[in-house]
Amino acid sequence: MTSQIPGRLRETLARDGETIVYVEGARLLEAMTWLKQTPGQDYDYLVDVTAVEFRDRERPLEVVYFLRSLTRKADLRVKVELDAAGDLAVDSVWGLWHGADWLEREVFDMFGITFRGHPDLRRILMWETYAEGFPLRKDFPLRGRFSRAEQVRQALNANPEAHYSLDELSIADAWGDLPDDMRERLKRGERGVVPE
Amino acid sequence: MTRTVELELATPGVDAQGQPARVPLAASDLGGEHLLLNMGPQHPATHGVLRLVVELDGETVVRCIPHVGYLHSGFEKLGEYRHYNQIVPLTDRTDYLSPMSNNVGMALAAEKLMGIEITPRCTVLRVIACEMSRIISHMVWLGTTSIDLGAFTPFLWAFQERERIYNLQEMWTGARLTTSLTRVGGLMADIPDNFVEKLREFTATFPNTLNEIDRVLTRNAVWAGRTQGVGVMTAAEAINYSLSGPMLRASGVPWDVRKDRPYLGYETYDFEVPVGEHGDVYDRYLVRLEECHQSNKILQQALARLPDGPINVDDPRVILPPKSRAMSDMEAMIFHFKQVMEGVKAPVGEAYVGIENPKGELGNYFVSDGSAKPVRWRIRPPSFINLSALSKMAEGHLLSDLVAINASVDIVMGEVDR
Amino acid sequence: MKRVIESKAVAGQSPNYLLAKFQDLVDWAVNSSRANSLWPMPFGTACCAIEFMATAASRYDFARFGMERQAFSPRQADVLICAGRLPFKLAPVIRRIFDQMPQPKWVISMGACASTGGIFDNYAMVQGIDTIVPVDVYVPGCPPRPEGLLYGVLLLHKKIKGESLFDAERRRDEQPLDERGLRLSPAEIDEVSEPFGNSVHQFRSS
Repeated sequence: MTSQIPGRLRETLARDGETIVYVEGARLLEAMTWLKQTPGQDYDYLVDVTAVEFRDRERPLEVVYFLRSLTRKADLRVKVELDAAGDLAVDSVWGLWHGADWLEREVFDMFGITFRGHPDLRRILMWETYAEGFPLRKDFPLRGRFSRAEQVRQALNANPEAHYSLDELSIADAWGDLPDDMRERLKRGERGVVPE
Repeated sequence: MTRTVELELATPGVDAQGQPARVPLAASDLGGEHLLLNMGPQHPATHGVLRLVVELDGETVVRCIPHVGYLHSGFEKLGEYRHYNQIVPLTDRTDYLSPMSNNVGMALAAEKLMGIEITPRCTVLRVIACEMSRIISHMVWLGTTSIDLGAFTPFLWAFQERERIYNLQEMWTGARLTTSLTRVGGLMADIPDNFVEKLREFTATFPNTLNEIDRVLTRNAVWAGRTQGVGVMTAAEAINYSLSGPMLRASGVPWDVRKDRPYLGYETYDFEVPVGEHGDVYDRYLVRLEECHQSNKILQQALARLPDGPINVDDPRVILPPKSRAMSDMEAMIFHFKQVMEGVKAPVGEAYVGIENPKGELGNYFVSDGSAKPVRWRIRPPSFINLSALSKMAEGHLLSDLVAINASVDIVMGEVDR
Repeated sequence: MKRVIESKAVAGQSPNYLLAKFQDLVDWAVNSSRANSLWPMPFGTACCAIEFMATAASRYDFARFGMERQAFSPRQADVLICAGRLPFKLAPVIRRIFDQMPQPKWVISMGACASTGGIFDNYAMVQGIDTIVPVDVYVPGCPPRPEGLLYGVLLLHKKIKGESLFDAERRRDEQPLDERGLRLSPAEIDEVSEPFGNSVHQFRSS
């Protein structure tokens, strides 16, 4: 059955018995749409979206999608391989499963992988102006890149209320009351400046 | 068996004040401005450090944007630097309302990865641990939701029941909350002698408290008025938003990991899974209350069938040998040394195991490169995904309904943020 | 009237005998009232918050120690109990909550994570809230038992009863953030947050 998935590259078996299908990144959305909408496949439930980076730097990053068909009680794991040195970007499956909303944001926050077509791709677990990098990458040390004092300073200055998103501000009609330079910065997509 | 609750208190579509339950999102004819209100991250009703930015049109929520991450503790990063057995204490602290359940979930995933079969006694004891965790988690949910909606007394009754389970947890593992119960291949310790008797006593009297809470809340006009028709998720929406657990079942989708993807021998237990109909806060309350009754039933069955035997797998490469042997026998000492210093090595590969946590489907995904520390430890967090539907559920409701909806999602921020 | 004798020359104590006795009486009255009705501001984040709730519930009940009303608004609270781990994202929040509390205020750091960062010696966790707010009592434990928290509260009572209104050096100083935005100097923060114990060994990924 999995041989008909568009963009299918190869297939392996996980240690828990589940089938893992590797799919071409460029055809991911096509594959996911096929998996969701084809009668007989009916993968209507997205269990999880995550990413894996291996300790071996030669191996590519993998974006892993856990799919489930509630009607057929079947599971499938779909993976996309991304070259670590290249452009870490993949199409978003938010349009197919809204559950991917926060899951993809988390992968972006922790790995730096962008999801094209995601409605609101912002950091979710760290604060928006977090400057140290992407925590779950293997080149990110456990205790972070900055010294503890610097981390405390950055944290205390990352005023959470200064970073309402454009979405929140415009709908609240507060756009007109913002100072000009803040409006310019928000239009450019900047999210605030940590004082030196 | 369906338990029908008949109520003539709430008129569908109309709230307790007689106003339409969902205000249509038409443009306001008064031409007033919308108010941007910030709730949290420190707030009594947000159940942890959750920040809700709410756009209000008067008292009506036009849009609600949750901000999470205020309890992000880097669990998944820490997991890459710890041996599998060292990850067990970390799992206590993700969903700290039902720690034993998390311990079991993680151990099952590690054992699946390593291809280890646990003993029959361990299987039944883990079922007991999971169901005890379900009860305490639902008791917290019940207590805090009642407080949010104004009923203080069920909080005290629920927490009193929790104390009884805490006594049992303390008897077994030594800790009330951070239990670290499981090890890869077994458990940290066997149950003490009077555990079975005390747990039986608990299961005999627990339904009385549940019935008391039921009498106070279920047919109560205020409770029904505040929860019926509030925060509705239809079945199709619930599936699309990847909800799980009582949130999914209250919307009418009969998916329970214990029945549909059985683990720990759940297919051999006789229990029912309550499924709701309307997907509102009231249905979620009924589903969770009934789940407590069913957990009680499972506990009684598990106690009746608890077999004798060892709790740990008989594999010295995975389980630490008993101290007396480790100190006297050379081979046992070497096994002990290797496990403590190097950790138990897992084969190359990956494994995902999802269990029915009280909050939903808790999944643990391990990817291993052959070493003793996982390359990737992913926790599939049920509360995180359930919470992402909050903005959908809250649109059009009143601000006080937002509190009820937030409470009904049953989040625990430790798991949302990890 | 029994008094805990903390033998320390309080700056500002009058050398006049009668006036000193009067100051003692006032101190006793004020400190007892403060200690016996500390309204906590429960800044509950994680697992310790659950033990805090258990301490508030009927089995352990800290209402009998005067902490009857949990003030969820910092403006009406006496003691900030930070129950649970504090990630960096939450750091400005606790600082703001602490700044919003009116004097006299105290801080109890409940649990290992609030006191030192606990088992989370990583990029996301503040290694002890004392790098951000001044702490009076540290309650160790992961999580501390309710009896442990109650003991911490009783220690705070003892500390309060040893204070004096007439102290020229204000003990309840604000300790505001300096122009860099820090409470302590960077060297102090780094020293306090240094890895210790298992953290020293367990930072290698493989």
